[in-house]
Amino acid sequence: MRTAAASLDLVRPRSVDDALRSIADDPSLAPIAGCTDVFVGLNAGTFAGTRFLDLWPLEELREIGIRNGAISIGALATHTAIQESPAVVSRVPILAAACREIGGAQIQNRGTLGGNVANGSPAGDTLPVLAVAEAVVVLRSATQERRIPFTSFFTGYRQTVRRPDELIVAFELPPLDQVQWFRKVGTRAAQAISKVVMAVVGGERPRVAVGSVAPTVIRCTRTEAALAGGATFDEASRIVESEVQPIDDLRSTADYRRRVCGNLLRRFGTETQR
Amino acid sequence: MRLRVNGREMEVDAPPMTRLLDVLRIHCELPGTKEGCGEGECGACTVLLDGEPVCACLVPAAHAESAEVTTIEGLGGEHPLQRAFAEHGAAQCGICTPGMIMAALALPPSPTLDDVRVALAGNICRCTGYHAIYRAILRA
Ligand SMILES: Cc1cc2nc3c(=O)[nH]c(=O)nc-3n(C[C@H](O)[C@H](O)[C@H](O)COP(=O)(O)OP(=O)(O)OC[C@H]3O[C@@H](n4cnc5c(N)ncnc54)[C@H](O)[C@@H]3O)c2cc1C
Ligand code: FES
Ligand code: FES
Repeated sequence: MRTAAASLDLVRPRSVDDALRSIADDPSLAPIAGCTDVFVGLNAGTFAGTRFLDLWPLEELREIGIRNGAISIGALATHTAIQESPAVVSRVPILAAACREIGGAQIQNRGTLGGNVANGSPAGDTLPVLAVAEAVVVLRSATQERRIPFTSFFTGYRQTVRRPDELIVAFELPPLDQVQWFRKVGTRAAQAISKVVMAVVGGERPRVAVGSVAPTVIRCTRTEAALAGGATFDEASRIVESEVQPIDDLRSTADYRRRVCGNLLRRFGTETQR
Repeated sequence: MRLRVNGREMEVDAPPMTRLLDVLRIHCELPGTKEGCGEGECGACTVLLDGEPVCACLVPAAHAESAEVTTIEGLGGEHPLQRAFAEHGAAQCGICTPGMIMAALALPPSPTLDDVRVALAGNICRCTGYHAIYRAILRA
């Protein structure tokens, strides 16, 4: 490991309240969960922080349950636990599908939903699902709790509204009765970062979200409005291709990503036969 | 800190953010767990943490405290998977082998080829090729 472990401090709270007090006292603490992003940075010597707050032992943050009709998923729920949750599988199967395509089993056993969101990569595979599910991000500090609509959570590339003294404690997903669809396009199924990742919810208020095509995950509101107004999937595909703002990078080109977005939306149309 | 590795209590003096990989190889003197990429991609460092395969290069030592760690040394050398890898030519340089075997331990009894592919999706081999590895696991 390029970063010397002896130079790193780890604060180990005994409860969520304890953790919130620690981070209120020292907002420079970086929370750690499954460490599948943090240790990649430490191994490479690119992670700037040296003081960490250990969330991993906080069992209260692992719970997945139904609250007031919404499914509440603790920030520390792993990608494996989410796939195995009957509540997720029956209500939001596209979230289980996204978690199934994150890394391999070793990564899914440790990587958490909170980490995937807080890490803020525009390629995070669960992000488009949370965007179309109209999830609420529950942020808590020692003094208050804030509930942020997922679509307002990211403010720019890896920038979020989370304040340094807040932790993500949970995500709440309202019931989804409409048809839902998810597709990740990468080099291979496992261990590949998405070139394009799309989630769609059908019905009267269609929702389309895409990852890896802009500095953050985006909801394609013009495409959604066109679909709601009765546009064909061919028409909507042309709109989505103009609405995304992909870049050329080492994984793919902007043109390819645009084309894939259009094709995926057409695929949603044929597979769900509106 | 106290660890339980392969059923044995161990006391090691390592900072809490040390990689479990280094704790095992250096502090516990168990070099069977290999380092390939050091970034979670190759699976060579796979060990079981409370029975679940994880990449030891991405686990801080603190998370192994009060957990049960199993490494390739814990299988003793005569485990059916170890024999099958030898019999079916499933190892060449052998760097990936301990990780492949540890990942395969999470499989249900009588797995299908698809089960094996999914369980080993996070393990990379640069020399043997995957057919011999899958064959060994299916016949173990
Ligand atoms: C080999 C490999 C393959 C991968 N493949 C994929 C993939 O296919 N798709 C994908 O989307 N991702 C992938 N990832 C990235 C990673 O596994 C996920 O982003 C994972 O969900 C991160 O969760 P974690 O618990 O490990 O986060 P950590 O590494 O512990 O933390 C990540 C970030 O989130 C912050 N954080 C964590 N929890 C909280 C919280 N509750 N409140 C506030 N901040 C918090 C941390 O401070 C840190 O900045 C891969 C990683 C590896 C190593
Ligand atoms: S060394 Fe840990 S996954 Fe490659
Ligand atoms: S046998 Fe050499 S990497 Fe697999």
